[in-house]
Amino acid sequence: MPRLQSAAELEKLRADILASRDPAKPCIAVCAGAACDGLDSAAVAAAFLAEADKQKLGGKLEVRTTGCHGYCEKGPNVVVTPGEICYFEVQPKDVPEIIAATLKGEVVERLVYHDPGTGAKAVHMNEVPFYKHQTRLLIGDNPKIDPMRIDDYLAVGGYAALVKALSTMTPDQVLDEVKKANLRGRGGGGFPAGSKWETTKNAPEKTKYVIVNGHEGESAAFMDRAMLTGNPHKILEGLIIGAYAIGAQKGFMYTRHDMPLLEKHVRNALAQAAEYGLLGKNILGSGFDFECELHFDVGIFVSGESSALMRSIEGNPPEPRPKYIRTSVSGIWDKPSNLNNVETWANVPQIISKGADWFTSIGSEKSKGTKLISLSGHVVNSGVVEVPMGTPLRTLVFDIGGGVRDGKTLKAIHFGGAMGGSIPADLIDAPLDFDGMSKLGAPIGAGGLLLMDEDTDMVEVARYLMDFLTKESCGKCVPCREGMPQMLHILTNLTEGKGKPDDLERLEDLAEVTGLGSLCALGKTSADPLKSMFRYFKPEYESRITGGSGDKK
Amino acid sequence: MCDKNIDSIIEKYRGQPGSLIHALVEIQHENHWLPREVMHRVADALQVPFAQVMQIASFYKTFSLTPKGRHEVHVCTGMTCHLRGAPKLLEKVEELTGLKPGETDAESRFTLDTGACLGSCSIGPELIVDGKHYGRMTPDKAEDVLKSYE
Repeated sequence: MPRLQSAAELEKLRADILASRDPAKPCIAVCAGAACDGLDSAAVAAAFLAEADKQKLGGKLEVRTTGCHGYCEKGPNVVVTPGEICYFEVQPKDVPEIIAATLKGEVVERLVYHDPGTGAKAVHMNEVPFYKHQTRLLIGDNPKIDPMRIDDYLAVGGYAALVKALSTMTPDQVLDEVKKANLRGRGGGGFPAGSKWETTKNAPEKTKYVIVNGHEGESAAFMDRAMLTGNPHKILEGLIIGAYAIGAQKGFMYTRHDMPLLEKHVRNALAQAAEYGLLGKNILGSGFDFECELHFDVGIFVSGESSALMRSIEGNPPEPRPKYIRTSVSGIWDKPSNLNNVETWANVPQIISKGADWFTSIGSEKSKGTKLISLSGHVVNSGVVEVPMGTPLRTLVFDIGGGVRDGKTLKAIHFGGAMGGSIPADLIDAPLDFDGMSKLGAPIGAGGLLLMDEDTDMVEVARYLMDFLTKESCGKCVPCREGMPQMLHILTNLTEGKGKPDDLERLEDLAEVTGLGSLCALGKTSADPLKSMFRYFKPEYESRITGGSGDKK
Repeated sequence: MCDKNIDSIIEKYRGQPGSLIHALVEIQHENHWLPREVMHRVADALQVPFAQVMQIASFYKTFSLTPKGRHEVHVCTGMTCHLRGAPKLLEKVEELTGLKPGETDAESRFTLDTGACLGSCSIGPELIVDGKHYGRMTPDKAEDVLKSYE
């Protein structure tokens, strides 16, 4: 494939790809997301390919291995187009039946969704309860794309936003559009991406960097890797557009080293983009040069923190530094470095394509667009979910999530992983919103939502989270390194029924000092779960001290 | 493990001090641990002080300074796995292997590790052996899984 020299050449290529494909030709998409992969979806995909080969169906049917479809609970997932017929928990032995039905335009009734209560069937994706309450702007393309093929991304309109930005907009116009869209960072803080871009853009140094933070260390958050593994070009397109707006010459993708499929897809996407001329010198004849490098976290939670992550890219230990000068002004090798989360970058192409007005029409007053949520814990339907900001938690938990497992009642909703917070079940009508959730003490964080059922021991949850963070501290700030083990010690005593009367007071003291005396978010917010517990579940803690090991044991 | 592979990784990054982590990650993936002698060679080739190599190798959890067993057994201790029963699973795996997390047995059959989170939360609790995921694991099933690894 020779490099594309202009926007027109890319559009011609897209037209050729679309012309060579017959939309009526059935396509069987087998999910290879993290959960389906763990359920051996590879064997299902292999069975489809073998059967199609055996019956010589090359011209009549396509088999595609894709990224995460979303409904992880019922994996391995298979979606047949046209019609988006969803089959769940598919095994290799089901393959001949699905192929036979697909060729006849029929449906294998026993493999479609059945409502656990009423037994009612749902055949098409837009009828399945898990999917029908979602707005799948970002992850909706996953079943249509083989992440190893850039042509699949082009076929769904990929890189059209890049073409638009490079050929019809100045960098300032791109920046203005993102600012107008009020795109807020999806990694945890909810900081406006446009302002951050502007800071880097206006920084005096000529050399500037842009970074995709795909570290996703937050426990029980798995939507970023679903995006990055399932549709890597979307994130790359956002990054290139951002680099153009900011004036950066080089980008870094920073992600996990322990997901072989993720690494393979991202490496391949970078190589294909370079081959097509979407990376490198003079991209699409615009005069804009940009290259991108892949970096890996090496297994420590704190390296997801922006300044620590940048140290890690430089090849140093990931120790955060004070932020009186922001990384957007002085980051990697002291150059201005703009870092955004995977999901933030993934939003950029659609903002450029469809405009800020369209984007701001979705979501709540101060939080625009959709949000990817990893739904897990004691929930019936776990998986990756995408809903407009402002959606009530009730919709997420009950309409999409199907409620609590094993017929139990909901006790708490936990957001934001180890540095998040838990709110009680009676706040379930709160809307999903950056500011609203922060006020309640359960900030969205990256978007990991966990349900906890009636039997959950909240003291044990706090102990578990503190145990996790204690092991992840880099050790630079003493209050973090030493404060957390003290809190862990007290919490462990509480769970063992050895609590003392002044323990809760001491925990509050330690929480305050650790928060004040630490440089980065890990230490600063390490006691946030504990604070939310004291706010909503304090009687449970008090009864542990007066009543020994509590009523659970 | 063949020394030639380590040599070629070191050669690839010769003279590039900024690539220290890349080089160590590749060697770790290839060899499953970092022998001291190899780290000395990395230090020489990349022109970084040995102390810095040690700093990186001992700081990041991915790197192992001791040899690992033939099979790496990993129990996910992420939040969902924890809520869904990982502590009991870990207890059973510890009992079956006679190991605590981080340890390798005398026959070098297993190395046991824990960690969060591998993102397959929907199928937790999870046991992962040599990268192969065993989802929705129970303490009873764990015994059968481990038996199949010699």
